[in-house]
Amino acid sequence: MAIEVRIPTILRTYTGGAKSVEGSGGTLAELLGDLDSRHQGLRERLVDDAGLRRFVNVYLNDEDVRFLGGLETPVTDGDTVTVLPAVAGGSR
Amino acid sequence: MRYDSLLDSLGGTPLVGLPRLSPAPDVRLWAKLEDRNPTGSVKDRPAFFMVEQAEKEGLLARGATILEPTSGNTGISLAMIAHLRGYQMICVMPENTSTERRQILQMYGAQIISSPAAGGSNEAVRMARRLAAEHPDWVMLYQYGNEANARAHYATTGPELLADLPGITHFVAGLGTTGTLMGVGRYLREQVPGVTIVAAEPRYGELVYGLRNVDEGFVPELYDASVLTTRFSVSASDALRRTRELLDAEGIFAGISTGAVLHAALAMAAKARKAGQRADIAFIVADAGWKYLSTGAYSGTLDEAEARLEGQLWA
Repeated sequence: MAIEVRIPTILRTYTGGAKSVEGSGGTLAELLGDLDSRHQGLRERLVDDAGLRRFVNVYLNDEDVRFLGGLETPVTDGDTVTVLPAVAGGSR
Repeated sequence: MRYDSLLDSLGGTPLVGLPRLSPAPDVRLWAKLEDRNPTGSVKDRPAFFMVEQAEKEGLLARGATILEPTSGNTGISLAMIAHLRGYQMICVMPENTSTERRQILQMYGAQIISSPAAGGSNEAVRMARRLAAEHPDWVMLYQYGNEANARAHYATTGPELLADLPGITHFVAGLGTTGTLMGVGRYLREQVPGVTIVAAEPRYGELVYGLRNVDEGFVPELYDASVLTTRFSVSASDALRRTRELLDAEGIFAGISTGAVLHAALAMAAKARKAGQRADIAFIVADAGWKYLSTGAYSGTLDEAEARLEGQLWA
């Protein structure tokens, strides 16, 4: 088992077009580090010196990681991580 | 109940218990039926407050033109108010929104400018900003950044909820402009120590997120993450399943965004029950299902309905 990471269309240039990739690590930061070893450049699109980039949302099992522990959020095998760009949403 | 006019009947919506979906006698769910507003959605509250504020500031005079990026409910509310008060209304709306919304807007006399489906509401906001710059005489109320949006909920929705449910422990609503969550959330945090404020955000198909750079995303100016306890991203399939469950178990015919909100509310209920804590969880039914019938969300199997929603702005 591993951690599934879903990648949005705009970042699939880093994953050879794959919609989701697998990785491992004890925290989100470690997971992103692991992914970057195989998909170089991906991490930098998601994270800057201050943490997660402003217009990037990352969800652990559908919950926004900014409310869980940010990059230090613990992750375990079987989890699903979803990366999405921030959008204005729908019926407003 | 009697009112002098339709607009005078704004707010004061019912809060109804969900005896069948509540998991335990001391873990209860409550639905605030915002479809019982003048044009059938929660957006009547911010629309009314934003127009009143603009009038107070002298921005709107008879014959003025209001411009707003909206994929539906806010546009419908503004179009109705504009129609009654003698303003012109122009909505910038993504082309992948349901036909019912367009028809209602046209009935109220609004003009619709379509923005490309790819990019969703981000694109509508961008286009509206460009139009506003080209037409300085048009008034863009801009619901994503207008303090009167959140204030409407701080002044009305929040106090109504607390009056009807003094033991409220959780509040759950959809996250779009963030006005409902910011306004109600701030009010409840002042009045109810330890209250949990939960956002349910719709997760759309890939088309909606567009192909733009992640550096060009959008976060509404009203958004203040410190008001929230947590935030969930809810898929179309979970939202559809819960929308149908709400109708099936409790008889409530709600729009699809409500299914997403119910999904998060049920997750909080399960968590409270597991922890052995009492909970009174109130959530917002933003509108009823009528405007979404043509999306196919309510017919056939869930898989069929989900396939039909792909690429649409369903909430």
